[in-house]
Amino acid sequence: MLTLSLNQRAALLSVLLLVVGLLAWEAAIPAQKAVGELTEYEILTGAGAPKAGVPPPSQVIAKAWEQLSDPFYDAGPNDKGIGIQIGYSIYRVLTGYFLAALVAIPLGFLIGMSPVAYKALNPFIQVLRPISPLAWMPLALFIIGDSEASAIFVIFICSIWPMLINTAFGVAGVREDWINVARTHELGALKTAFTVILPAAAPTIVTGMRISIGIAWLVIVAAEMLVGGTGIGYYVWNEWNNLDLTSVVFSILMIGVVGMLLDAMFGLLQRRVTYVE
Amino acid sequence: MKPFLSIENLTQRFPDGAGGELTVFEEATFGVEKGEFVVILGHSGCGKSTIMNILAGLAEPTSGGVIMDGQEVKGPSLDRGVVFQNYSLLPWLSTLKNVSFGVAARHPEWTKAEVEAHSTKFLAMVGLEGDVIRRKPSQLSGGMRQRVSIARAFANHPKLLLLDEPFGALDALTRGTIQDELLKIWGQMEQTVFMITHDIDEAILLADRILLMTNGPQARVAESVEITIPRPRNRTEIVEHPNYYAIRNHLVQFLGKRSKELSGKPSAPGQANTPATVRIDKAQTTEDPEDTQPALRAVNS
Ligand SMILES: Nc1ncnc2c1ncn2[C@@H]1O[C@H](COP(=O)(O)OP(=O)(O)OP(=O)(O)O)[C@@H](O)[C@H]1O
Ligand SMILES: [Mg+2]
Repeated sequence: MLTLSLNQRAALLSVLLLVVGLLAWEAAIPAQKAVGELTEYEILTGAGAPKAGVPPPSQVIAKAWEQLSDPFYDAGPNDKGIGIQIGYSIYRVLTGYFLAALVAIPLGFLIGMSPVAYKALNPFIQVLRPISPLAWMPLALFIIGDSEASAIFVIFICSIWPMLINTAFGVAGVREDWINVARTHELGALKTAFTVILPAAAPTIVTGMRISIGIAWLVIVAAEMLVGGTGIGYYVWNEWNNLDLTSVVFSILMIGVVGMLLDAMFGLLQRRVTYVE
Repeated sequence: MKPFLSIENLTQRFPDGAGGELTVFEEATFGVEKGEFVVILGHSGCGKSTIMNILAGLAEPTSGGVIMDGQEVKGPSLDRGVVFQNYSLLPWLSTLKNVSFGVAARHPEWTKAEVEAHSTKFLAMVGLEGDVIRRKPSQLSGGMRQRVSIARAFANHPKLLLLDEPFGALDALTRGTIQDELLKIWGQMEQTVFMITHDIDEAILLADRILLMTNGPQARVAESVEITIPRPRNRTEIVEHPNYYAIRNHLVQFLGKRSKELSGKPSAPGQANTPATVRIDKAQTTEDPEDTQPALRAVNS
């Protein structure tokens, strides 16, 4: 008899679920149209309008093929390839994210190492952290003026907190013994920070970075819907305005794929810095 | 002349958590000579680790001070190597890196190759060679980790080596092997060693002199017992030496009974608490009876 490994069985089940799901979706579409009995929500959102039917997967796949075979075309402000749109989003996310890291990690170090700094800054962090990043948008647009920079600012402000808190937490939790090893070897403050505290706290810091990139990717879609112009969030909103639900579904999937890839990158980094005690 | 390491009127108090103060030890005063192997014995909680942390410069005493080689101990230094009770290896570094980062700190002018060669040599000295030194500490056994930690300390040639229950977590067999290795390296390097242990036999095997501490709080370093057994010593042979059981009985007596009887007496401020020297030597009893009598009386009491 054929025996499959755990991974093989899981993969088989995944494929099966995908096929069944797609078939059910495909089968459900015409039925839905035929019923003509719409829920209140569908009426409100216009899903019942003849042009705006939810597309079957076959249409989405055709759309994906069409889009992905020429992802970087540029035919004016409202018609750009999916690659260009995602590129804009990634650029904004990474810019805001790295600016946040540049602030959060050194500041987190300081807070983690100094109980005074921790106590002094904690109330500010506690108040600022729960603010929805989008709530900053009007203020950012007013103060910064530029919509592009405002979107980056929103990413900055939403990615800073998990990194800041995790860095502070990781640094504060570095074992006293390891610090003592550095002290008995007369390592200077900077050397201790880079050769002992940073590697010791790295798993916690990278966890914070991973949470941040996830949040940043969630927020960019919403931010771009607000500021418009370019980006995957704008693209989704624009296609919705065009009532091109096939493109909407396709771009939703793309958002998921890119988010997954970003997360996987940090997963890889996390594995590299993790150590066993 | 002052001894190489001079502990002067060392007092340590901690807040006791109930608003009052807990005096761990007061006015402790003793010396350690250069090249000497001194072991400190005492019950749990009497303040051995506290003394060691002060000697290492990792902690500050409430009052009093430590002078090493004519200089006051202020903060940690590469001249005082510490082997921590829990090894304190850095888990993200390989075994070799755990030693070499210390060597590089000691000799910043060395090339990478020199640092590695030196580190490898000391790892080999404690029996760690080849493939093993590329592994992470988590992939080593407890005994191997302890040896890495010893190699790290020895590789830096500290003037004073501080060992806090270095073999506490090891099984008897591994313990024996590493004790032998420690003696071998110490014999080659003429280092001054200050070590904490709970194990009487280990203390007799290793030490030139054993300091006995009374129970805390207000513990005192009450006695300094010379180990009058010639070196090189060997685990199986020292038990046959006429002094072995006399010394051992004295230590057992102290830890079993007198450490409690002598404890808890506050001392006058400013008055140094110096340990009484005890020399138990059966071979010498006939030649110099006066010198040994108090010690023998202590054994019989
Ligand atoms: N930071 C501290 N704050 C308050 N009390 C402390 C502190 N460090 C040590 N003590 C107290 O000092 C006493 C001596 O502690 P120490 O760790 O030196 O004991 P020890 O002799 O090394 O014991 P063991 O053999 O169990 O390791 C204990 O009563 C302990 O509770
Ligand atoms: Mg201790």
